[in-house]
Amino acid sequence: MISVRFLAGVGLAMLLGAAGAQVPERLSENDVRHLLGRTGFAPSPAEVAPWVGLRPADAVDRLLAEAEAATPRRPAPAFTTEPARTPYGQLPDEAARREARARDRADLRALSTWWLVEMRESPTPLAERMTLFWHNHFATSEQKVRQPQGMYVQHLLFRRYALGSFRELLHAVARDPAMLVWLDGNSNRAKAPNENFAREVMELFVLGEGHYAEADVREAARAFSGWSVRRAEWQAVFQPKQFDAGPKTLFGTTAAYDMGGALDRILDQPAAARFVVDKLWREFVSPTPDLRDTGRAAAEFRASGWRTSAALRVLLLSDTFWSPATRGVLVKSPVELAVGTLRQFDLALDDFTPVENLTGRLGQDLFLPPNVKGWPGYTTWIDGATLLERKRFTERVFRALENGSGAMADGARQGRLGPARVAFDAGGWLRPLGAWPDREPDAAAVSRLQSAVLAVAPVNPVPAGTVGLPYLRAMTLDPAFQLK
Amino acid sequence: MNPMLHRRHLLSLAGCAGLPGWAFAGTVARPASVSDRVLVLVELKGGNDGLNTVVPYADPLYATLRPTLALKPDDVQRLDEKVGLHPALAPLVPMWDRGEVAVLQGLGYPSPNLSHFRSIEIWDSASASDEYLDDGWVARAMGAGLRGRARFTTEGVALGSAGLGALRGARAVSIGNVDAFIAQSRLARAAEGAGSPALAHVLRVEADVLQAAEGLRAQPATPLATEFPSGAFGQAVRATCRIVASQSGQGGVPVFHLSLGSFDTHQSQAGTHASLLKQLAEGLVALRAGLVEAGAWDRTLVLTYSEFGRRARENQSRGTDHGTAASHFALGGAVKGGLVGSMPELGRLDATQNLVHTSDFRQVYATIARQWWGVPPEKVIRGRFDPLPFLRA
Repeated sequence: MISVRFLAGVGLAMLLGAAGAQVPERLSENDVRHLLGRTGFAPSPAEVAPWVGLRPADAVDRLLAEAEAATPRRPAPAFTTEPARTPYGQLPDEAARREARARDRADLRALSTWWLVEMRESPTPLAERMTLFWHNHFATSEQKVRQPQGMYVQHLLFRRYALGSFRELLHAVARDPAMLVWLDGNSNRAKAPNENFAREVMELFVLGEGHYAEADVREAARAFSGWSVRRAEWQAVFQPKQFDAGPKTLFGTTAAYDMGGALDRILDQPAAARFVVDKLWREFVSPTPDLRDTGRAAAEFRASGWRTSAALRVLLLSDTFWSPATRGVLVKSPVELAVGTLRQFDLALDDFTPVENLTGRLGQDLFLPPNVKGWPGYTTWIDGATLLERKRFTERVFRALENGSGAMADGARQGRLGPARVAFDAGGWLRPLGAWPDREPDAAAVSRLQSAVLAVAPVNPVPAGTVGLPYLRAMTLDPAFQLK
Repeated sequence: MNPMLHRRHLLSLAGCAGLPGWAFAGTVARPASVSDRVLVLVELKGGNDGLNTVVPYADPLYATLRPTLALKPDDVQRLDEKVGLHPALAPLVPMWDRGEVAVLQGLGYPSPNLSHFRSIEIWDSASASDEYLDDGWVARAMGAGLRGRARFTTEGVALGSAGLGALRGARAVSIGNVDAFIAQSRLARAAEGAGSPALAHVLRVEADVLQAAEGLRAQPATPLATEFPSGAFGQAVRATCRIVASQSGQGGVPVFHLSLGSFDTHQSQAGTHASLLKQLAEGLVALRAGLVEAGAWDRTLVLTYSEFGRRARENQSRGTDHGTAASHFALGGAVKGGLVGSMPELGRLDATQNLVHTSDFRQVYATIARQWWGVPPEKVIRGRFDPLPFLRA
């Protein structure tokens, strides 16, 4: 069934190759779910409604504009306003260090939890997804930074430049204390150059492998020298004495490059725009960048003065994005799975500890990416252990609601998820789709339920006789629920 | 749905639909000796101090570099006139005497990375220092021909909190607790269907989980009499022995991944390190006993490894900082015991004051690929690496 649909989609895409052929005139409910699910998290029916009937270009422009104007809804944990912590090395003894490590761990969890709540509640989920995109792109880990405040300072950069100028973001990240610690910029001195940041800026942040030479790495490292981190104030400081002021040759041009000059020289390389656009494509569109579309987006990216919103706009209005063959081809990240489930069913949760734990067990501890390359994502999110863990999550949520004590006459349900209380207005959620919590859905309702919950048709049939609430649980256990 | 029926169904389809090679695995005849072999990877998490594990006790520089941490020549378990084992490893000495322990000296790689995460990734993926590979080296060995040798219950089991590591990309499962895994496997469904590569991947994993759970459900014919240490490592050893013992007549599990740690001993190293090495030695002794009981020790190879060793010179906190090369162990009934390679020279440190490796860890993997599994090493590890003599012919 699925294969036929999928192949038909591919065939259709080939037949209708002309630009714009796949982009709908006006957004249907399914189109809106696709757009919101890909640019944010799986949407609830209530989130979908206001976008139905819009022209795609208007919808995309509105999404981008609202996300660019977004600010966090809740204050960050209190520790983020406290003075920077004393480095472990300067603490008097092992007991003090142990205590400091425990406090840092607790602070980091509080920070992750705060961000997950923001993602759950945000009216502009694209802003959260782009912040996460940059966290993954400039993947920095608290494991080495050892300063939760520093991770928060960096997080604010990703928020601030989420859809704005990539050039400004790059310049800011290069001077960010957490990045200076993470990639050893703070020990890069004229007399003892450290190439770590220079290499990653070319390989992982701007150009990609094969678009620079070893000599460019060496020369850029000299241009990046002289910066260090004043730990007590968590400030980046430039120390002219440690800076290599001599001429450097970068990509064939010789000048007395400093950090800003070298970054701009790297951005000048033809590979730069395409590299970032390809990564956006894999995040928002499909696993395989389309040469023509990414080419257009890269040109737009550069021409707009490196505005990420300009590049993303091209991708979100491309034929490939809207092609039926592009539905359900990406894997939900752990954060998308957890937050998406809460948003999709509009579940209320009074304690996000279970969600924070879950994303960690599924391999995505926020602020702790595995290495500078970030989370590899896509199919690597799912192995035997994480697949069961993913299913256990939605199964536990729905079982808790099915068996919970709070079954109300109007279909509202409550249950417990570890320390948290979870509530679901099952009646209110199902009724607009023509379904009820305790009744088996008819054929029309089944079709609407599937569209509301899954990006592609389910693999496993739900057994006959399954009523509304268990029906939702069964769909979240379907392989298709892992896809977007 | 009955998974066996399901798999047969797949097989019958495979002829016309061009399914990938694994679907045929059950039909391929194979030499029993290779496919019954078990590799147990023991990761010493956090960076084990190689110099205080396999100790160059006779080198005067050793005591100079380690004013408080140096082990005294009289305390070490001497292996020859130059090197000896940390006293906490004494339980391994009978195995050494039987010729079942090879000490792989000075393992490392060029341009060493001193980050835990990056360096263990280099070891797991067998990549060069500046190369990022997604799959583990065991997964590549599977792709290089091992997969076709048998219909394994699962291609690997990572136990406890070890994580997939070198098994990443293989059709392996990570299991905190064997019984819980079997219970939770009810959430997986066998299903046919095609679609995007992403959906195909999820369906493949569902099938892997079912097959693994089905195979792991079996119990040993007679419960093992071996007593296992009570800690997490001992319990992972117990689970390994139980699975190996229960696999007779099943597909078998060719690779296990266990871990112990943290060996990240920046401060007050002596006590922590001794206690961890004791757990390691006792766990390995129990592993041997359990596998001897299961009749599998002669077809088992155990390999210890760690993301790096530690700095040659101890630090100001009676600890050691992140280092580079370190010695590791290969153990098993098929191992050719003895010292392999040479100890890094303490008088010749690199620019970061670290040991210079004398053998590349990829030589160990190349040896396993060729001699243990009989798959072409060049398909497992990029580049040419000479084998090391730690396996009996």
